[in-house]
Amino acid sequence: MISIYITSFIVGGLICVIGQLLMDVAKLTPAHTLCSLVVAGSVLDGIGWYEPLIDFAGAGATIPITSFGNSLTHGALAEAEKHGLIGVVTGMFEVTSSGISAAIVFGLIGALLFTSKGNV
Amino acid sequence: MKNGILTFNSMPSIHSAGVTAGPLEKKKSVFAQSFDKLYEDERCDLPTNEDGHKQLMYDAVMVALSKAKKDVEKIDFFLTGDLVNQMTPSNFTAQALGIPYLGMFSACATSVSSMITAALLAEAKQANWLIAGSSSQHNAVERQFRYPLEYGTQKAATAQWTVTAAGAVLIGQNKPGTPSISCATIGKVVDMGMTDPLNMGAAMAPAAMSTLSSHLNGHSKTVDDYDTIITGDLGSSGFKLLKALANEQGLPHTKNFRDAGEEFYGMDPSFFAGASGAGCSAAVFFSDVYQKLQKGEYQRVLLIATGALLSPLSYQQGDTIPCIAHAIEISINEVSMI
Repeated sequence: MISIYITSFIVGGLICVIGQLLMDVAKLTPAHTLCSLVVAGSVLDGIGWYEPLIDFAGAGATIPITSFGNSLTHGALAEAEKHGLIGVVTGMFEVTSSGISAAIVFGLIGALLFTSKGNV
Repeated sequence: MKNGILTFNSMPSIHSAGVTAGPLEKKKSVFAQSFDKLYEDERCDLPTNEDGHKQLMYDAVMVALSKAKKDVEKIDFFLTGDLVNQMTPSNFTAQALGIPYLGMFSACATSVSSMITAALLAEAKQANWLIAGSSSQHNAVERQFRYPLEYGTQKAATAQWTVTAAGAVLIGQNKPGTPSISCATIGKVVDMGMTDPLNMGAAMAPAAMSTLSSHLNGHSKTVDDYDTIITGDLGSSGFKLLKALANEQGLPHTKNFRDAGEEFYGMDPSFFAGASGAGCSAAVFFSDVYQKLQKGEYQRVLLIATGALLSPLSYQQGDTIPCIAHAIEISINEVSMI
């Protein structure tokens, strides 16, 4: 029971270390770093490595942005099995729609309630 | 004279100065006591950051004018600039003031380039009274050159903090006992191949060194002729580099060197390598340095404002960051030659 907390902490932390290294060492911009991690997660799921990682590390693998790439591929592959090529297009956002919708809704609420402020 | 070397025989005087700054500067800047007007709100209680930016500049001009008891109608030229696209804060200030206006862009070196241009117009007897200055507003500039504040992106230790501040000076014909402009040097664009916009100090230091050495050679001066040689906004990392370059180029010592960007927030590490922005050099030159000249603590100073001439697009396309520095000598109690 306790071990899943430790593995998820370490795996999630390591994914963030990779992101930090991409910014500090490879000098990628935050946007490039984000995209690289999404693509990495997507590719890893394509070759079947991301699911085992989730089984091993739980939230350590599902919380970082790589998980979004994983979900895109996952949905595409699942729908493709059912509906063929068209499923690749319809499936991508099937699994991820909750995350995207949440981002839009909470973004809207945030924008309605708050104005950005400097560090004053 | 030639090759960027300018001498002002009539020694135009800086009759007054006005400096405004935002709430963070009020709390954190070591120069806050020397500033004329400080705001409680980062947008000066106006709807947008750019409106606040304009207000900073407008009020700095008004403070400078009221100190010299001059009306806006008496001013012949308004020379100023900032870092926002197409310099709308300066343009809109000029519209509100109604003074004949020339927008000046030398990035963060605009405080000095505008003073040099004003001094040239005064020297040529084309104007009696001129306003020169520059300004920056943290939120507006960060949004343009780096990331919007909402994005909350990480910064490197070499990064600098754009100040919310504006400075304006009233320049006119020589008046004995007033800080006066005796000579200046227009810098060349120097590009050492730096590409990191979060390390502008290192990109600008070679430009500052280039202008410093052409000023000293061109005017036959030494470092010791100045009570201080103060650069605009190299920040702690860039300033260290300038001192190393100076030693390398045979300048005996750098103990009278100062950097406005390094000093601005009192070396507080929450501001990384220190302050930057077109308002940084203007705020420090036109408050602390100007007041020390007035009090006689300084007799002769050299102001070297440094600017990074990049655009957000140019560095995203992988271009290097070309930089510039302009120098102006200000002294007190020197007799004009005409």
